[in-house]
Amino acid sequence: MTATEPVAATAPAVELRGITKRFPGVVANKDVEIRVARGSVHAIVGENGAGKSTLMKILFGLLRPDAGSIAIDGRETTFHSPADAIAAGIGMVHQHFMLADNLTVCENVILGSEPTRRGQVDLRAARARIRQISDSYGLDVDPDALVEGLGVGARQRVEILKVLYRGARILILDEPTAVLVPQEVDELFGNLRDLRAEGLTVIFISHKLDEVLAVADEITVIRRGTTVATVQPSQVTSRQLAELMVGSELPSPRTGESTVTTADMLQVEGLTSTSPDGRPVLDDISFVIHRGEILGIAGVEGNGQAELVEAVMGMRPVRGGRIVLDGVDLAGVSTRRRREVGIGYIPEDRQRHGLLLAASLWENRVLGHQTERPNVSGPWVDRRGARADTERIVREYDVRTPSIDVAASALSGGNQQKLIIGREMSARPKLLIASHPTRGVDVGAQAAIWDHLRTARAEGLAVLLISADLDELIGLSDTLKVILRGRLVADADPATVTPEDLGSAMTGALR
Amino acid sequence: MRRVDPRAAGLAIGAPVLAVLFAALLSSIALVISGSSPIETFQSIVDYGTRPHNLIEIVNKSVTYYLSGLAVAIGFRMNLFNIGVDGQYRIAAFAAAVVGAAVPLPGVLRIVLVILVAVVVGALWAGLAAVLKVTRGVSEVISTIMLNAIAGGLVFYFLSPERLGVQATSNQIRTELLPADSWFPNFALSDGTLYGFVLVAIGCGAAYWVLLNRTRFGFDLRATGLSESAAVASGVNVKRMVVASMLLSGGVAGLVGLPVLLSDTHYYGQDFPLGYGFTGIAIALLGRNHPVGIAFGALLWSFLERSSLILDIQGVPKEIVTIMQGVTVLSVVIAYELVRRFGLVRQQRRVAAELSAQGAEARA
Amino acid sequence: MTAGLGTMAAPVAVPRRARRSRLPVALLAVAVGLVALSAVRLVTGADDLTSSGTVGAALRLAVPIGLAGLGGLWAERSGVVNIGLEGMLILGTWGGAWAGWHWGPWAGALVGMLFGALGGLLHAAATVTFGVDHIVSGVAITILGGGVARFLSALAYKHVPGAGVTQSPPVRDIGTVSIPGTGDWLRSVERHHWFVASDLAGMLRGLTTGVSRLALVAVLLVPLSYWILWRTKLGLRIRSCGENPQAAESLGVNVYRMKYLAVIVSGALAGLGGAFLSEVAAGIYREGQTNGRGYIGLAAMIFGNWRPGGLAAGAGLFGYTDALNLRSGGESVHALLLLLAVLLVAVAVWNVVRRRRLMAAVTLAVAGLLLWWFLAADRVPDEFVGFAPHLTTLLVLSLAAQRLRMPAADGRPYRRGEAR
Repeated sequence: MTATEPVAATAPAVELRGITKRFPGVVANKDVEIRVARGSVHAIVGENGAGKSTLMKILFGLLRPDAGSIAIDGRETTFHSPADAIAAGIGMVHQHFMLADNLTVCENVILGSEPTRRGQVDLRAARARIRQISDSYGLDVDPDALVEGLGVGARQRVEILKVLYRGARILILDEPTAVLVPQEVDELFGNLRDLRAEGLTVIFISHKLDEVLAVADEITVIRRGTTVATVQPSQVTSRQLAELMVGSELPSPRTGESTVTTADMLQVEGLTSTSPDGRPVLDDISFVIHRGEILGIAGVEGNGQAELVEAVMGMRPVRGGRIVLDGVDLAGVSTRRRREVGIGYIPEDRQRHGLLLAASLWENRVLGHQTERPNVSGPWVDRRGARADTERIVREYDVRTPSIDVAASALSGGNQQKLIIGREMSARPKLLIASHPTRGVDVGAQAAIWDHLRTARAEGLAVLLISADLDELIGLSDTLKVILRGRLVADADPATVTPEDLGSAMTGALR
Repeated sequence: MRRVDPRAAGLAIGAPVLAVLFAALLSSIALVISGSSPIETFQSIVDYGTRPHNLIEIVNKSVTYYLSGLAVAIGFRMNLFNIGVDGQYRIAAFAAAVVGAAVPLPGVLRIVLVILVAVVVGALWAGLAAVLKVTRGVSEVISTIMLNAIAGGLVFYFLSPERLGVQATSNQIRTELLPADSWFPNFALSDGTLYGFVLVAIGCGAAYWVLLNRTRFGFDLRATGLSESAAVASGVNVKRMVVASMLLSGGVAGLVGLPVLLSDTHYYGQDFPLGYGFTGIAIALLGRNHPVGIAFGALLWSFLERSSLILDIQGVPKEIVTIMQGVTVLSVVIAYELVRRFGLVRQQRRVAAELSAQGAEARA
Repeated sequence: MTAGLGTMAAPVAVPRRARRSRLPVALLAVAVGLVALSAVRLVTGADDLTSSGTVGAALRLAVPIGLAGLGGLWAERSGVVNIGLEGMLILGTWGGAWAGWHWGPWAGALVGMLFGALGGLLHAAATVTFGVDHIVSGVAITILGGGVARFLSALAYKHVPGAGVTQSPPVRDIGTVSIPGTGDWLRSVERHHWFVASDLAGMLRGLTTGVSRLALVAVLLVPLSYWILWRTKLGLRIRSCGENPQAAESLGVNVYRMKYLAVIVSGALAGLGGAFLSEVAAGIYREGQTNGRGYIGLAAMIFGNWRPGGLAAGAGLFGYTDALNLRSGGESVHALLLLLAVLLVAVAVWNVVRRRRLMAAVTLAVAGLLLWWFLAADRVPDEFVGFAPHLTTLLVLSLAAQRLRMPAADGRPYRRGEAR
């Protein structure tokens, strides 16, 4: 695809030396040193917030480093934009898909390097080329499909096709397995090995250590923005790698003794809901959560988890079924009333659904509890009460902030999440809905959040837990259910189930 | 540990001042191009604008602008663009003038009735846009603009001698005159008459502030404006909030025509002033939706307008003021955005710095 | 990786193909519309509904709206909402008349575009570079546009007899073209008032005789815009900025440059619309001449679902209602009430089929009201005819707004290098 120019046989495909990048108030990368051998799969691991993504943005020309140098195939280069990186043969498969829904696969793929003929985009040539690449790597992509209608897996294949279309010889995959189940991960890895066999270089970013050990030829560990070690997978164990990553022992999501009681707290019976165009997104869902029980819902993203949460919160119209909380039928009850009756809610996307980013911490403490003391008295906002209680949450939940008057956007993800949990627990809810509670937070905050969930459970709270992190689900849950295409298709015992079994059930492979 | 950051406060006030100065600079260039001396021109503007009689006129005019700015600001705080204040105040003032002249009531009661009718009609007219938005998903930006034209047409239709108007002179059609006992009481000062309606405007500003900052409703409204998705998850019924805030905005818009109706003309005629709604948008932007800021914006706007009267006499095109107003709005808006972005970065930096200092103490 | 991922379809995975040509549907709609209009004309005797004069006027009135809408299309396809079109239209009317007066009509058209483009540049700077809210910037530019036009008039026409702050001296006409050999026989067919045939003749005659050269240019700009935006490299890049600028950026597209370009073109198109208003439609610049046509243009674009063909149809509709206003408006619009009532009954029936009872009831009630109005009165008051386009806009949007698809990132702030 690209001309192979004569280069020194020993030159690494990518060499990063002394890369440093500062953001306002934070050093994201510091003295990063990485050498990636040509024709290898090189993993870069580190916990959330360690600086992996920043580093890859620098390598792809989206950000410019404050210091340090980048060499591709032994030649030192400076990237002013992604176009430069693409020209140097680098391709990036982003963690969050970079696709325009309302354009076709073909348009998405050729954007930025369109073949033209007599002033027009030569769609025929583009289609032929896409089909050819799709066939030769077995990607199974239809160039004329609208991206809007594609599922997660197909979107990821389009992303990979985009990169190959540009003749990339060096592929960066940023957390590519985050949205996949174990079986899909295996297939992806098989594909990466094929790419390597073709002489392509793959840089693989992850924080899932078993995956990294399975696929990588070499592993570089990043901690607090700097490279701490480069190791061979054959020479380390998962445990050693983990300790390199966090600099200390990893927390475990285990819950210890069961606190499940026989008292029903939330009963859901035959819950059914449809999308605006009439397709069922929740199909006859029934379950019970008891006092002191954590019910985990496992499933590939987009199979109805978000809709289930919205239905229980009263944010989505339902077509049938009953939701009963502690004996109170929630039919026709508004979201606000449901919160007052005793539902706490940790939303999946805290920045969009959990916080007012531009508002102060104490105003965020009021959010979602606008009708409860100590935030309000009558129709008036009780500023003093709300502020005092915010101070308490900051203290008890270890929210690291200089003051409760700073905007929520100034806090790190983990501290934002701790504030939300403190807020939701402060109303003494009967049911807590926790949607991906530790997504995108650092290890310290993760351990603290798990502690809070355990404490809440011990106090008799019922918890509905949704997570994509199977270890978290298995570790925390008392009961596990699997959701697939809007239906609960399987139960699992967290004491015995393995992530692989769960993954099979999530894709419908084991029925 | 509640601290007011002096630099942040300085920026918040400094930004609009700088923007106004920038606008003055641009206008100076325009003045030089048109062959006048900027310094002399600005001097005569200030001299003329600060004469006692003119000051009173400026305050009178700014009462109208202030109400219009408030009406727009209520929408802005919820991310609703009420571009229809123009139509709302015209149809409201017309209805109020007709009802006020027709219903036999003693003085003060009639004033109350006129105000009530104006508020209700303004709210209902704005409510149309709200209903279209929540039931049919029609953007309020487009619908309020269309409703402006429709309001104008309706008023034009009803304001004819065979319907609700009267032929006052050969070339003037208007509504019946309001009886003198129900004219709004004004303050007679030595250099002119100050509209009593200024008190209503101040009251509205205070109510706006209390409502937004001290009540649950205000919290819900601001939360919806900051993030609709977060507001929904917090239990706010956004559709209801859209209707409520649009009704409020329209209600205040209904008051916009009243200073003129109750303190000046006492009838609604074909020459009833137009375009205060658009001015209100500019003023809400200048004042950053803050009740005090809007007051400054309204005063600045009417000061410029009033003082421009002197320019024609001096042979300077007075339209320079319109340019100055437009440039001021645009540069103020840009200045606010820059300050907001800068402030965000600064705060993040500060939080990070303080936390790392705390961390160092903890380790020590 | 094919097998596993291929079968693992998320519930939303219904592969949808790109949209095929809608030309046959559009042609069918035009044909049905023609027959319906003809029938209404026969029933009511309002001959001006389809007369060549009305259609010619409709074209003249549709051009500025269409150009403004086209401007909106360019801007919004790149992700920038342009409510400043009204201001750019104003700048265009002034620039067009002023340059037209000095150097002739074609220079006027060019300078009108230039003035509009300057407005677009300002809007791009405010929204793209400084990240100001698009609507706020648009409103500010509209205020500024009016101010600049007034100020420039005061400067330029100070010593010009017959001109002043609010109007320019008259501008020489740009001239018209007709397709030779069509006028006479079309006129004779039109005069017979036959069902459909005469209507068709009237419409054709209105569209082929005495068409302003600038209108011709404007009409040609619609397919040209389509070609650029949907068939060329540049167009794909512009559209990608409106759909997902982060994706475009990640592929090396310079999003800022695309947005600047699109918004400047947007301003230029609106400016041309303004020049058409002052030079062709009126022959003179007059303050307040645009009368909200920028907003109507935006509405036409929304009506057209952010596509050039639909936009042209929308502009045509608004131009047509405007034209009726000029030519025995009261009677013609009165006749249209019947058409509208029939249309709404059809919508109501469709709603019943789709089991949306409330919607059906509301539409049916409105239809009944219109029918009653049609039967009870002989003509619609002129004051109402004046806001017919605005009412049409509201009606169309409230029937269709939920089926429309605007560019996904339209109006959203975008900063280089920042994730969403």
